[in-house]
Amino acid sequence: MKLLIKNGNVADLKKKDFKIRDVLIEGEKIVQVAENIKDSKARVIDASCLYVLPGLIDLHAHIREPGREDEEDVFSASCAAVKGGFTTICCMPNTSPAIDNAGLVKYIFEKAQQLAMVDILPIGAITKNRAGLELSEMLKMWVAGAVGFSDDGNWVKNSLMMRRAMEYSLMHEMLLILHCEDEDLSKDGVINEGMVSLKMGLSGIPRESEVISVKRDIELAKLTGAKIHITHLSCKESVDAVNEAKKQGVNITADTAPHYLALTEEAVLDYNTNAKINPPLRLEEDRMSLIKALKDGVIDAIATDHAPHSDEEKDCEFNLASFGITGFETALAIGMKNFELIDLAEKMSYNPAKILGLHDKGEINPGFIADVLIVDSGMKWKLLEEEVVSKSKNTPFLNWEFKGKVKHLIHKGAVVMDNFEIKEVI
Amino acid sequence: MVDLNLIKEFTWSRKHLLGLESLEKIEIEHVLELAKSLKEILNRPVKKVPALRGKTIALLFYEPSTRTRISFELAAKRLSADTVNFSVSSSSVVKGESLKDTGLNIEAMNVDIIVVRNSSAGTAHYLSKNVSAGIINAGDGMHEHPTQALLDLFTILEYKKKISNLTVAIVGDIAHSRVARSNIYGLKKMGARVILCGPPTMLLPEFKNLGIEISYDLNRVLECADVLNVLRIQKERINESLFPSMAEYREFFGVTRDRLLKYARPGLLILHPGPVNRGVELSPDVLDKGLIKKNIYSVVLNQVTNGLAVRMAILYLISGVGGKVEAVD
Repeated sequence: MKLLIKNGNVADLKKKDFKIRDVLIEGEKIVQVAENIKDSKARVIDASCLYVLPGLIDLHAHIREPGREDEEDVFSASCAAVKGGFTTICCMPNTSPAIDNAGLVKYIFEKAQQLAMVDILPIGAITKNRAGLELSEMLKMWVAGAVGFSDDGNWVKNSLMMRRAMEYSLMHEMLLILHCEDEDLSKDGVINEGMVSLKMGLSGIPRESEVISVKRDIELAKLTGAKIHITHLSCKESVDAVNEAKKQGVNITADTAPHYLALTEEAVLDYNTNAKINPPLRLEEDRMSLIKALKDGVIDAIATDHAPHSDEEKDCEFNLASFGITGFETALAIGMKNFELIDLAEKMSYNPAKILGLHDKGEINPGFIADVLIVDSGMKWKLLEEEVVSKSKNTPFLNWEFKGKVKHLIHKGAVVMDNFEIKEVI
Repeated sequence: MVDLNLIKEFTWSRKHLLGLESLEKIEIEHVLELAKSLKEILNRPVKKVPALRGKTIALLFYEPSTRTRISFELAAKRLSADTVNFSVSSSSVVKGESLKDTGLNIEAMNVDIIVVRNSSAGTAHYLSKNVSAGIINAGDGMHEHPTQALLDLFTILEYKKKISNLTVAIVGDIAHSRVARSNIYGLKKMGARVILCGPPTMLLPEFKNLGIEISYDLNRVLECADVLNVLRIQKERINESLFPSMAEYREFFGVTRDRLLKYARPGLLILHPGPVNRGVELSPDVLDKGLIKKNIYSVVLNQVTNGLAVRMAILYLISGVGGKVEAVD
């Protein structure tokens, strides 16, 4: 099966620019990128006035398998991912049971093979059951295909345990994705600590909870030389710490999530549990600092932290509600409010591929996997609850208006989104 | 007979009382004036009027409460409403029913008003969005306790004849206190100067953004305060390292006879929302006797009486019946 994408504005990530080109896909690979390609056997997709990017890669998502298939599963997550333009998603191990052994890593791959329209790459737990007490069998999971390790949702509080994990990871330069939160400081906290928490009578999570833990992990990365990735940065001081570490040559990368680029703590006023997230939404100056850090390259990637939750976990008293919001379906459109598409291609595909060591993803070039996203940048749309594809509807962006939508998505040469419609191609 | 139409050219339009933050000054004044009229009923031989006859009020208390629940219940009965009690030990909450389902079930019994207390901030807000009954917040986590603040304002007004330009100090664990938050909003709207006093572990610096002052020195505060609102200190807070011991707290923040004689201005009015830890935040001699010499006294029990009048006013307004409150013959 051949596909020929004609006359699109094709992203050149090396030059950080778009050029009008044709893209020829044969089987699972991109075989040619040039002007005026002719191929009578190929299905032609007219991409005139559209943007052609490498399929998006999400470093941080929760697909709730195994354990909470009522909230999301491999299939529904992949549908939501397709709608948002993702062809690769990394799933976090805070499942039930936790993905802390090779058997569960294989289970995810098998389920994805059967049911998903995108690549789902499991992230294994750093410690058994993410409890922070014993190392999990990282090496076995790595051999089984885990792309990285994280105790996401928990910080590895014991510094010696974190040091050991970092040392152990050196064998294959295994990626450690770190959720940084000093849980003593954030104890009982449900939103950012400040004026809003004071007025709402809710316990706050101070920014120092994040900053202190980011700084400790940077010091341990210096000590060990481990490859670390700090996920979901939420505040200015963490950005400064990462910037400083990069200057010192620490093997560190970082991401932030779309909601930190679009919202501040004010979003929780009126006890809106759909804006309850950990780390919490913070201040306007933090939001601006995160946008700047992405533009300056201090933050390498935008990752969704897609976190589906059932109605009963969100439609309740604020302090009892679960943390987390869904992200696949809105990430690109939120990004487009603040960034050029070429920057988003870099932050949501090219850089994540580099961080994960996926050498044949993240670019539109011959020899690369044919994961291709075609965006209609002028298309206006509104996020209506009934149109949400994810099993869970916990997003603070319901009824928001956006400009820019995924028109076609090609995963390994197969069209999984065709003219705004999801095709169940597995 | 209390003719409400004569009270003020003002129409109450709120369906819920969720907090004082959103209330206008004129609304607060209206409640206080109505409460003043209704207080008169409490001194009659027959302490009951038919104003809310046929109305049903559910008291949904998820936290233990003595005076607030009884006060609401008695206020409802004085106005001839029917009351039903729903407390945590006897309810299906222990069976894991959600707040929303509980609210909807109570509503299905055609209850007109739900008075709710819960340890989660925002509970009253949440219920108001999910059920059609009028919601009265009787305390939600650390957020607000509007009727307590209204009865505090009422008591201050009763003794001081005004609130504006008075210096009111709130002493104790402000950070965790819904009483403090509601008082701050109410006092600021009524034009008082507010000082918060306690150890910094119990005070968030952001309180200054609400236009109020912060002090860590009770003696200095006493030198300028007209009213002292003393909050209850919870022993459990020691475990959270908010303060090291009751003894140390008493020594530096306890309101004692000696301290008052030495520092307080004459005529200081002392309030406490109860229940009092005798001998901790308030010494027994101050609580029971007051100081004749400087005309300083605590009005804790008067607050309780006034609470009844204020809650009658709130129940009456939230019920939306309007018109006259007539006495039984």
